[in-house]
Amino acid sequence: MADLTCNFLGIHSPNPFWLASAPPTDKKYNVLRAFEAGWGGVVWKTLGTQVKNVSSRYSAVNYNGSKMMGFNNIELISDRPLEINLREITEVIKEFPDRAMIVSLMADNNRNAWHELIKKVEDTGAHGLELNFGCPHGMTERGMGAAVGQDPGIACMVVEWVMEAATIPVITKLTPNVHSVVPTGRSVVKAGSNALSLINTIQSVTGIDLDTFVPNPNVGGKSVFGGYCGPAVKPIALKMLATLSQDEVTNKVPISGIGGISTWKDAVEFMLLGATSVQVCTAAMKYGFRIVEDLCEGMSNWMEEKGFKTINDFIGRSVPALTHWEDLDINFHIVANIRQEKCIHCGLCHIACEDTSHQAIKLAYGDPYNTYTIIEENCVGCNLCQLVCPVDNCITMVEHRVSPEYVNWVEWQKRGLPLNDH
Amino acid sequence: MAIQNNRLSTEQYEQNFRDIDPRFESSTAAKVEANRCLFCYDAPCTKSCPTHIDVPKFIKQIATDNVKGSAHTIFISNIMGAGCSKVCPVEKLCEGACVYNLLEEEPIQIAKLQEYSTLKALEENWKLFERKPSTGKKVAIIGAGPSGLSCAHVLAVEGVDVTIFEKEKKGGGLMTFGIAAYKVTPEFCESEVNYITSTGGIEIKYNHELGKNLPAGRQGITLPQLKKEFDATYLAFGVGETRPLKIPGEKLEGVVDAIKFIYELRNNGYSSVPVGDKVAVIGMGMTAIDAATQSKRLGAKEVTLIYRRTEEEMPCTEYEFNLAKLDGCEVIWLASPIKIKGRKGKVKSLVCSRMKLGEPDASGRRSPVGTGETFTLDVDMVIKATGQAPFEKLINKLKIKNAKGKISIDSNGATNIKGVFAGGDAVNGGKEVVDAVEAGKNGANAILKYIGLR
Ligand SMILES: Cc1cc2nc3c(=O)[nH]c(=O)nc-3n(C[C@H](O)[C@H](O)[C@H](O)COP(=O)(O)OP(=O)(O)OC[C@H]3O[C@@H](n4cnc5c(N)ncnc54)[C@H](O)[C@@H]3O)c2cc1C
Ligand SMILES: Cc1cc2nc3c(=O)[nH]c(=O)nc-3n(C[C@H](O)[C@H](O)[C@H](O)COP(=O)(O)O)c2cc1C
Ligand code: SF4
Repeated sequence: MADLTCNFLGIHSPNPFWLASAPPTDKKYNVLRAFEAGWGGVVWKTLGTQVKNVSSRYSAVNYNGSKMMGFNNIELISDRPLEINLREITEVIKEFPDRAMIVSLMADNNRNAWHELIKKVEDTGAHGLELNFGCPHGMTERGMGAAVGQDPGIACMVVEWVMEAATIPVITKLTPNVHSVVPTGRSVVKAGSNALSLINTIQSVTGIDLDTFVPNPNVGGKSVFGGYCGPAVKPIALKMLATLSQDEVTNKVPISGIGGISTWKDAVEFMLLGATSVQVCTAAMKYGFRIVEDLCEGMSNWMEEKGFKTINDFIGRSVPALTHWEDLDINFHIVANIRQEKCIHCGLCHIACEDTSHQAIKLAYGDPYNTYTIIEENCVGCNLCQLVCPVDNCITMVEHRVSPEYVNWVEWQKRGLPLNDH
Repeated sequence: MAIQNNRLSTEQYEQNFRDIDPRFESSTAAKVEANRCLFCYDAPCTKSCPTHIDVPKFIKQIATDNVKGSAHTIFISNIMGAGCSKVCPVEKLCEGACVYNLLEEEPIQIAKLQEYSTLKALEENWKLFERKPSTGKKVAIIGAGPSGLSCAHVLAVEGVDVTIFEKEKKGGGLMTFGIAAYKVTPEFCESEVNYITSTGGIEIKYNHELGKNLPAGRQGITLPQLKKEFDATYLAFGVGETRPLKIPGEKLEGVVDAIKFIYELRNNGYSSVPVGDKVAVIGMGMTAIDAATQSKRLGAKEVTLIYRRTEEEMPCTEYEFNLAKLDGCEVIWLASPIKIKGRKGKVKSLVCSRMKLGEPDASGRRSPVGTGETFTLDVDMVIKATGQAPFEKLINKLKIKNAKGKISIDSNGATNIKGVFAGGDAVNGGKEVVDAVEAGKNGANAILKYIGLR
């Protein structure tokens, strides 16, 4: 087993898998079960002024028979009395001292409220604080959550209040409901936040009941915009994470990656783009805590295959591979190739290229099986065909450089090279 | 040893003849399977369906909860899509061509998905077709089997007034009277016929037989009569009884025709059908398998299929063969009956010649030749299932051009007599329901052209 231990600003956990602040971390009962199952840490469900929730609270997007590809909620922060939460946090830390205990906070919008809350939470023995600047519903209308995270100035102010009181590491959780997470990220790091985490949920309407015409979730005939998460949001979260890893201010602090992580592969991807730990919510809500077993085993096996001794050996490793469009090599060219012995003649590559791409896949009629071949001179190398092909390694993209020299777009224009090569 | 009926309890009969392939229980189950479909382009399954149902489209429609659209997609190509979903030998048709086979994966359960949509349509009587206003054109159809019904439906939708003359008192043809009882129930067959005729413009006159010398209670009709009253006629009367074996002992009590045996079973109720203790079934086609399995299910103790060639040449599908094996039927390969022995007029034993395979014949299959060796099988019942004979006499009397009783038609489905068209088993000599349905569509299109509606 590879060494999965994680050191996040001195907060140690046996593995980098934390449960995100959400219902799975809402109370002692759940968190004890999570730790028994093997989770490395938790971010306790956001504490603040106690709220009241509605029902229903959740809705989902299913895709081609796969349930909860996207998940949506209109829940608020913890609806349990603060005192009970604090007592339970203290108890859990005693029972599982080796696990990371971070507590998520969202105080009312004034300095005193934040100071008081931080004091009480630190008394539990928690290892870190996470500032919830991301909840996109319910709390924003009260000037909290995403309303803070969407305004770099307000976020800066709140972090300054927090840093006056906090003696343990502070992680600021960013909202994705912005055109870029970088301005708020920079602003809170400059204000002293020790770390960042992202993403919180994305505002959404997951669907509408076609019989009642009410969008879901349905609360007595009405609905509101909810927060979207689960596998569907992963690509967006990865992109946002990457922008923080590329920025010279935000990449100085550790980042906890969140958003659609369901498997060890997802987790590895977040870490390759700079996350030191990862947080999971939807996948646990769909399958329960037992998924942590394969998260650990899968990551460990992969690390051993790649020769990585600790997670620090690969954190951030893919960041340099992300560049600007202008820097891409225009002379790099690939052409599709169909391995006929693997082809099952479904025709999906043909119809995709024929109808929507470059008419580069020839169809020869057969009964019942057609034969499909690439017309190399028409192929632009978009690899749509490979993406739609249902058979592994049937369509391969073969390198056919236009010329050996690296030429990017800027250079291309400078030299006045031709545009219409297709 | 004796032939007798009423061998089992009502529960046992029910158990033995219940649907062998139950439908999807829930929309979830259907959707899990529907979502496996790759949605192939120019799909091999569609090409391998004689009626060319747009299979990927109807399956996708199940996945999107558009079951009505799905049923419509099926029915515009095959109005007997419900029946076909239960009786088609899919391993050699759509499912046999599914690209998953090439991945060594189970093919999509196309038939079961087809059943899912079409049964809903039948049960909820979805109105999926709107008949055009009557054009005043009249077409007569002989036979309310799959081919006749399919032809009638296309014509009726186009505003033709169709009259079907059917010699039996029920519709559906061999679907109702021939196909194994564990594939389709009489209630299902009736509901399918009713669904097809519910579009309007189709009148079925039962107990009306084309030809002469009718038994009491049956109304005769003649071709000249039809030609006078109707703008065109479509012959879809199928094929007749089993070919005779032409061996000694064929007239003994206990030698029965598979088609008649199954007709009784489908028509009269299981308990009334007599079956032997030890039954020999001659042949290895679909009918032979149906006769063998259903003899066993009626309570026969031993059932043996006798076939002249080997497993490689057998005309039934692997699926059907497995049904027989699972029912405990035995097969004797390379054996040909030469004599049925009897005592007091009743079957006592069957004498067979052992065969070996010689040179390939016209069908490309190696033909069996006798080895001179014989053996005797103790049996009390012999079921002949060696292929149905066409209505050669009738067809010759009608002066319709034919090849050994199979009606000859041109590429338009037309016979040598002007205004008379034909299709289905009567033309192809006996294939599957789905082929008969396609023939009906083609016939209808030819007729529409002939009567000036296309
Ligand atoms: C035992 C058996 C099992 C089979 N199993 C299968 C199966 O599992 N799957 C499958 O796809 N196919 C099966 N078939 C074949 C299938 O039933 C036929 O191919 C199909 O029914 C042919 O349709 P048709 O309309 O051409 O003829 P038929 O179904 O034979 O219909 C002809 C109709 O015409 C009527 N008729 C006949 N003569 C006259 C007349 N002179 N005047 C008026 N009416 C007349 C008949 O009563 C009948 O209703 C089976 C056949 C048999 C015999
Ligand atoms: C029901 C529900 C409640 C949530 N409540 C909180 C919360 O109180 N505080 C918080 O910071 N994030 C909250 N989140 C957001 C999650 O912590 C997490 O950022 C988001 O779900 C993305 O991760 P995932 O794709 O693994 O679910 C909640 C999410 C869900 C589904
Ligand atoms: S790579 Fe793109 S252009 Fe080339 S064959 Fe595939 S789909 Fe067509």
